Amino acid sequence: MAREIYSKYPLIKYLRKEALPTALCPGCGGGTVLNAFANAVDQLKIDPRDIVVVGGIGCSAWIASPYFLADTLHTTHGRAIAFATGVKVGLPDKKVVVISGDGDLASIGGNHLIHAARRNVDIKVILVNNFIYGMTGGQVAPTTPFGAKTTTTPYRNIENSLNISETVAAAGASYVARWTTAHVYQLIESIKKALTIKGFSLVEVISQCPVQFGRRNQMKEPAEMLRWFLKNSVPVSKAKNMSEEELRDKFVIGEFVNRERPEFVTELNKLVDEVQEHFGLKGE
Amino acid sequence: MIIRGDEPEQVRLIKKLYRPGNYFMQGNEAVAYGAIFAGCRFYAGYPITPSSEIAETMARELPKLGGYYLQMEDEIGSIAAMIGASWTGLKAMTATAGPGFSLMQENIGYAIMTETPVVIVDVQRSGPSTGQATKGAQGDFFQARWGTHGDHSIVAVSPTSGQDAFWEMIRAFNIAEKLRTPVVVLFDGILAHTRELVRIPDIEEVEIAYRKLPENEAEARLPFGDPHGDGVPPMPLFGHGYFTHVTGSTHKENGLRDVYTPEVHDRLVRRLQRKIEQNRKVYEKYEEHFTDDAEILVVSWGVTARPALGAVLRAREEGIKAGLFVPKTVHPFPGERMRELGKRVRAILVPEMNLGQMIIEVERYINDDVLLKGVNKIGGVPLTVEEILREIRGVA
Ligand SMILES: Cc1ncc(C[n+]2csc(CCOP(=O)(O)OP(=O)(O)O)c2C)c(N)n1
Ligand code: SF4
Repeated sequence: MAREIYSKYPLIKYLRKEALPTALCPGCGGGTVLNAFANAVDQLKIDPRDIVVVGGIGCSAWIASPYFLADTLHTTHGRAIAFATGVKVGLPDKKVVVISGDGDLASIGGNHLIHAARRNVDIKVILVNNFIYGMTGGQVAPTTPFGAKTTTTPYRNIENSLNISETVAAAGASYVARWTTAHVYQLIESIKKALTIKGFSLVEVISQCPVQFGRRNQMKEPAEMLRWFLKNSVPVSKAKNMSEEELRDKFVIGEFVNRERPEFVTELNKLVDEVQEHFGLKGE
Repeated sequence: MIIRGDEPEQVRLIKKLYRPGNYFMQGNEAVAYGAIFAGCRFYAGYPITPSSEIAETMARELPKLGGYYLQMEDEIGSIAAMIGASWTGLKAMTATAGPGFSLMQENIGYAIMTETPVVIVDVQRSGPSTGQATKGAQGDFFQARWGTHGDHSIVAVSPTSGQDAFWEMIRAFNIAEKLRTPVVVLFDGILAHTRELVRIPDIEEVEIAYRKLPENEAEARLPFGDPHGDGVPPMPLFGHGYFTHVTGSTHKENGLRDVYTPEVHDRLVRRLQRKIEQNRKVYEKYEEHFTDDAEILVVSWGVTARPALGAVLRAREEGIKAGLFVPKTVHPFPGERMRELGKRVRAILVPEMNLGQMIIEVERYINDDVLLKGVNKIGGVPLTVEEILREIRGVA
């Protein structure tokens, strides 16, 4: 029965059928992210044999690993970007993509995130920000909004949340954009850009976790969460002229940076060439 | 890019760069050159005393050979990056010391579970914690064995000199490649910084092993199967269109996660364990001196094996029938040989620069009627010939 429904989905060819159905909850934003990523790959006509997807640990890490049909590396919690860096050095001509959660990439993996952005390693990070640790049962995350309820902030969250896109932009990435799962077409366009640009690219996706976040914050239906995203999204251009006060509890969406900078693996290979040249080691 | 180290281009480069002959060099440099001769072309690390010269040598030499040096943001990133690189076919290593080795433990488990060939050099220093940063020690014997969680085997080798380190690095890479598993090299701060004579051989003298690749599509589809019955699955490298899925979670032979079926976990973890146990001849190595007629046996490893040999030689001069047993692969422990030797001797002394670690392994293989005694010293100063000899005389 399940197989029949899937076979009607035109992008099924990008999915690892034997791994389906996915383990994601019904209504989870993860499905939208997988869909957007498959669409971006399809529209760019990238051969999935030229893609390696790396994920850490968490619901969001499962989006592409194992469900996307490419070489997929499901790593330890927080370390996906560091693993991906090694993969990219070995396979500089492949698209190395990291898809994982905000807890994974920005909390335990925060150090790898900013340093890969600083080095400008040509990996494409799709960071699924659902404001919560979904997989472990809804504990507070570094992205949980101030005042929100989680299983470990049963009274209210008293911590300020991390603005991931701004942090990564400041760290030196080539491309940074943020959308929500309610902005699917813009999201696909940004993933396409990330896949084409040379350099560290981050696409942050504000995504719904109705089960662990929504349920505890008066939005147990996925649609309620999407309406919340739409109502509170502010384009980056408009946000520039807004005060901190006005921007509280808003989602600034759009492109933060899109720039050319020296890329790490290219520079690494350039260095190898120069050194071999210098020592007269080039093949005859 | 697949670099084996024995490709014509690599052989040409090595011949051009490193003339065979005797060199005066640090243990850490010998480690780096051994890795280079073994075909290592990817190094990711984070500086820590007393291991840093390994990184420095690799940073200088690897680009000449078309290889890559990465200084990562920490040790966790270092081991992660090298595991990623290994899946693309590069022979990869990292080097660290006590605290950095502790940080790497989670991903050592990952490399075991995903059967990724990598080499981790731990230049042991005094601990716990930051301890004596610049001093040597032998306190990581059990961290190498049991540092990561779960049921697992590990292969760890331990060189006894700079020259030995050169060859043990080659052996470590070969074991990693043949068994598709991480290999730990337990070095120490004293040998790391000792300068001594090291002979660099001709590359043709070096046997270089490389991981088994899938022979056909069917093998490539089972990256965690056992088609050859030796417990070692061929490794489908990334980038070859196999759509390989690799996870540190419990997985089936095809790589897909199954964390609910007890049999799947049992089958996988038992095979990983068996893979190491059943391939003993790939890695088992020990040295023996005067064990034939020994009444007193000294069992020692790594840096301490050298004053131990000195002490045994002096004891022989004094007419004491002493012998020396040096496990070169310390994990899995050469237990069978230990048991045989244990039956023939009256007393066993185990000198180590710790408060007694390898002695616990030795004890498992000997009978109660043998006198077993540790000779232990901590504080960063190596045991001397005199200190060990005194103990031999004491039981003679
Ligand atoms: C070293 C380590 N610490 C903790 C965990 C437990 N853990 C698993 S997933 C997760 C959080 C995942 O959060 P996020 O990345 O936001 O993903 P989500 O499930 O919300 O999509 C944690 C803490 C782990 N697997 N490894
Ligand atoms: S717990 Fe939340 S993030 Fe995880 S699958 Fe369910 S809805 Fe998605």
